Amino acid sequence: MDDGLAAPGVAERDKDFLRFLTCGSVDDGKSTLIGRLLYDGALIFDDQLAALAGASKRFGAEGGEIDFSLLLDGLEDERQQKITIDVAYRFFATGRRAFVVADTPGHEQYTRNMATGASNCDLAVILVDARKGVLRQTKRHSFICSLLGIRHVVLAVNKMDLVGFEEARFQAIAAAHAEFCAALGFLSLAAIPLAARYGDNVTKRSARTPWYLGPTLLEYLETVDVGRGVEARPLRFPVQWVNRPNADFRGYSGTLVSGSVAKGDRVLVAGSGRTTAVADIVSFDGSLERAGAGEAVTLTLAEEVDVTRGDILADPKDPPEFADQFAAHVVWMGDEPLVPGRSYLLKIGPRTVPATVTALKHRIDVESLQHLADKTLALNEIGFCNLSTAVPVAFDPYDVNRDTGAFILIDRFTNETAGAGMIAFALRRASNIHWQLLTVGRAERAALKAQSPAVVWFTGLSGAGKSTIADLVEKKLLARGRHTMLLDGDNVRHGLNRDLGFTDADRVENVRRVGEVGRLMTEAGLIVLCSFISPFRAERQLVRDLTAPAAFLEVFVDTPIDECIRRDPKGLYAKAQSGQIRNFTGFDSPYERPLAPEIHLMAGEDTAEALADRVIDELRRREIL
Amino acid sequence: MLFLSSIVESRAPAPVRSAHLRRLEAESIGIMREVVAEFRKPVMLYSIGKDSSVMLHLARKAFHPGKLPFPVLHIDTLWKFREMIAFRDKTARELGLDLIVYTNPEGVARGINPIASGSALHTQVMKTAALRQALDMHGFDAAFGGARRDEEKSRAKERIFSLRTADHGWNPRVQRPELWRLFNTRLSEGQSMRVFPLSNWTEIDVWEYIALEHIPVVPLYFAAVRPVVARSGTWIMVDDERLPLEPGEAPHHKLVRFRTLGCYPLSGAIESSAATVADIVAELKGSHRSERQGRLIDSDEEAAMERKKREGYF
Ligand SMILES: Nc1nc2c(ncn2[C@@H]2O[C@H](COP(=O)(O)OP(=O)(O)O)[C@@H](O)[C@H]2O)c(=O)[nH]1
Repeated sequence: MDDGLAAPGVAERDKDFLRFLTCGSVDDGKSTLIGRLLYDGALIFDDQLAALAGASKRFGAEGGEIDFSLLLDGLEDERQQKITIDVAYRFFATGRRAFVVADTPGHEQYTRNMATGASNCDLAVILVDARKGVLRQTKRHSFICSLLGIRHVVLAVNKMDLVGFEEARFQAIAAAHAEFCAALGFLSLAAIPLAARYGDNVTKRSARTPWYLGPTLLEYLETVDVGRGVEARPLRFPVQWVNRPNADFRGYSGTLVSGSVAKGDRVLVAGSGRTTAVADIVSFDGSLERAGAGEAVTLTLAEEVDVTRGDILADPKDPPEFADQFAAHVVWMGDEPLVPGRSYLLKIGPRTVPATVTALKHRIDVESLQHLADKTLALNEIGFCNLSTAVPVAFDPYDVNRDTGAFILIDRFTNETAGAGMIAFALRRASNIHWQLLTVGRAERAALKAQSPAVVWFTGLSGAGKSTIADLVEKKLLARGRHTMLLDGDNVRHGLNRDLGFTDADRVENVRRVGEVGRLMTEAGLIVLCSFISPFRAERQLVRDLTAPAAFLEVFVDTPIDECIRRDPKGLYAKAQSGQIRNFTGFDSPYERPLAPEIHLMAGEDTAEALADRVIDELRRREIL
Repeated sequence: MLFLSSIVESRAPAPVRSAHLRRLEAESIGIMREVVAEFRKPVMLYSIGKDSSVMLHLARKAFHPGKLPFPVLHIDTLWKFREMIAFRDKTARELGLDLIVYTNPEGVARGINPIASGSALHTQVMKTAALRQALDMHGFDAAFGGARRDEEKSRAKERIFSLRTADHGWNPRVQRPELWRLFNTRLSEGQSMRVFPLSNWTEIDVWEYIALEHIPVVPLYFAAVRPVVARSGTWIMVDDERLPLEPGEAPHHKLVRFRTLGCYPLSGAIESSAATVADIVAELKGSHRSERQGRLIDSDEEAAMERKKREGYF
């Protein structure tokens, strides 16, 4: 595939390009250092410099000195205005390299911001104050860099002027940091003594550290080899868009994330077992013989196979994994905590699929690196999880390929990005789980009963009347000769779900299990009535997804809370009010109203009998009866 | 107000730069394809400037051999340089673009203009409100813009995919984190997306790419002798008779060019003899002035851009 002579793809030409991240705690001198790098490289405009000198005077910098940190101000103002700033990107270039600096503010949201910045960087500059040495934050920064796949780290030991440029102090800090990093898998780890404020060893070698023989920070950044080697890896071409401008042309557009491809190469559609050959590499500048990692091209294929957005075209000799269950590190970014069992959308490359976290194996304390047992992840927490996707996806472990091993989790209701994940390994290959193909199926069983299976899901507050109405509906169905089953929240908690309590996580699992049972019963051909508070939209959606292709009807039994309290058939509201029970829906646990239920029963306004008839009418209208 | 703008470097040999430009090119193409794959009805904002020219060129590459799978929208304030409008129409004709030109009819009825109404009101009505109207009228759910992160401070933190509320406001508190090359493109009811494929380009990248790819740009970027008058410390071109002159004032004829283009009474010219793209690149490498110094619209007030963005300005 590679004749060694062809020009490498753009991703491989990293000799001339570096994206790096700067991390440090407040006041370590990060802004000063970046400002200094840009200034000493003569990278600041005259009009900016004039303004800077003016501002430095105004802010009372000593004796005409320029305060470089003022160049990067803004983050601070915005923090006060409570604006979310995750990362600021700055650009500069020297004769040797073009640089992108990803700078993250060192405040709240730090883990989320750092992870965001680090996701696209190859190197991190971690600042420490020479007086303070390696702090808890330094460890946290180092760990997050490692987790996000950064393999090259520079420890910038700043403010050396305040420790008399003492070599021993520097060596001690560098050694302590190296020891902590031993387990983090960095390929290179350099330490440089600096005084950013005065420019020592930033871009010019300092006369005040004669004992330091290494490069200045800028020299180091210009020359460090962060060879990603992506081109030498097996081909991965995620299909981003199918280009069909007319009936005669069908091309697959995307960016090669690793490897290279040449005309005539055989490629595998990952997960399908089908291979085909590359007929042409089409580009605006003409047909190409070959394309390498990082290039955005369009491929045409010799034999037409079924390829859509989200498929990966891969090296048949070294294909990606293909599975619907895998283990991954997840950084939580949502305001609402991660709930195992809840359905999220998982976006991996150009593919988006429903997914759930099936188990949180442990949470990681980012400072001690200890593994802690936990039930959920809150904003800025990191955990190691098992995930399950609705359909199998192709991927590589994140360690091997950052592009095919990374995913984001999206909240299905707010559409916000709730988490970011890095796949560690497949839990079982999809090719190994055989769905037992049975001769008698859902359709046959339902046909025998002459009915069409469905799940009718009653949701609403405790005491709203769900069970009463569901019970009446079942009686009416029975009278019509229908085969039914009723699952009731209180009843399943005595058996199937007796191990579950009332925390958010347990409520989610409660509903998930009932959803699975309901689905099995529709396969048996039954009409299943379920009566569950089921307070969260996400779980009701999950059950709806599970139930397909059988019909799912959400029945919102909408009774005002005051009316429920008045009824209080089980005396629970009284207990909740007096604080005897906790996590009670409507009190200290939320109820998310359905946005578009199939049936909305204003339960205060009619008799249970009449409400049950409305459900029957709706079932008839939908031709389930 | 201080900010770090375009960073100029002076020593880079050509091959280094072209690899760098190819990387930026691929990134932008990937962003554009993602939008076309994920959104129902995208549109490309076309401001006729150099960044728009580059963005348009990249889009042609992204969707080759097909034509652009979306229309191109120009918000006409009626005060653009005449040469810009001529260039726009020629480009649309030659490339077979589906060009939509929109002007805020209420603004016209109220007689809003940059001279009598002031730059702030003119921009608000003829640009910001006009853009909102045009997007709503056509129901576009994603709009490409040519903004770069190096342009000014508040852009440095702008996302590539930037979420807008139903009334096109930019709520800086709910912007989504962008990791890897994974963009969350999901929209809730009424929301729309602004997408900036040139986010990681600098001013000099844009010019070097124009040189590399021979991309046509409006001639106003190149030095020529033009009739100008001094206003607010910069040279304003007398593009037509609507620019009021002082009694007895006659325009100077100076060798000038523009670094950025917009409404002509609001776009300052710089004295320059750079008559080719190569000259401009050489001039920028020697220059120590940031790109926005000529834009009167920015110096109006502190944090102008931040505020404008919240109101729905691009
Ligand atoms: N003595 C000394 N002070 C420094 C040095 N680098 C930065 N500072 C000062 O440390 C303070 C915090 O710096 P700043 O860059 O704003 O820190 P940031 O919060 O990490 O961005 C400022 O007063 C700087 O002038 C240094 O090398 N030596």
